[in-house]
Amino acid sequence: MLRAFGLGVTLFAFWLALSGHYTPMLLGFGVGSCALVVYLSHRMGVIDEEGVPLHTTLRMLAYLPWLLKEILVANIVVAKVILSPDMQISPRMVSFRGSQRSDLGRAIYANSITLTPGTITTGVSGNDFEIHALRAADLETGEEQAMDVRCSRVEGN
Amino acid sequence: MIDLVLEVASWISIVAGLFFMLVGTIGVLRLPDVYTRLHAAGMTDTMGAGFLILGMMLQTIEGILHGQDTWWFVLVRLVLIYLFILFTSPIATHALARAGLAGGVEPWTAPTDGDA
Repeated sequence: MLRAFGLGVTLFAFWLALSGHYTPMLLGFGVGSCALVVYLSHRMGVIDEEGVPLHTTLRMLAYLPWLLKEILVANIVVAKVILSPDMQISPRMVSFRGSQRSDLGRAIYANSITLTPGTITTGVSGNDFEIHALRAADLETGEEQAMDVRCSRVEGN
Repeated sequence: MIDLVLEVASWISIVAGLFFMLVGTIGVLRLPDVYTRLHAAGMTDTMGAGFLILGMMLQTIEGILHGQDTWWFVLVRLVLIYLFILFTSPIATHALARAGLAGGVEPWTAPTDGDA
């Protein structure tokens, strides 16, 4: 119930931010469409920890700046590789073990890996992550471990 | 003064975005197979689009400081656009890589890599 309410409030805040028209009629349409979406989500049974992960919001916001920094650093590394005349690459498929306890946490970790250039998640089964790495040497810096720990932290209890 | 700072920062950011877009494109052309090319393509939508949007945000902030009140909406939308890119682009990349594996495309390995 609380989650459904949270979803409604979030949707309406989103609607307010995008609309820019605040006449009573249009606000009414906004409230109506948000209520309809909440009702449909409820009927579909997607209002749960995974579909509406509001409990992770603050931890997610704390995680984003670190992720953006990682993306920037990895981008510069890959840019250097691409621009170097001899292009020193050694692509590998490697396996990683994640420490996440929920599918949501695993999805966050898998997407974070893919977002940082140089590594792409190609498959997830259980807690095993199949990764395609552009340069095998870059994997030994411990960045993936740090990311794993941080993603588990976002997931919470 | 603040105008000048915002203007310069915004253009530095836009040029950086264009740089990453260009390098990503060069990467797509230079790298040997579909998986390695995905790494280069990932650069264009994380940092390429990221710096371009940051540059546009700085321009928007400059506009707001000059009394363009409705530009707040533009600012919010730019932030949301980047958030949606962050959520959707890795899924597209992942789907492409999986499609390659499902289609039986062998990942390219460097000829000098004996132990691969």
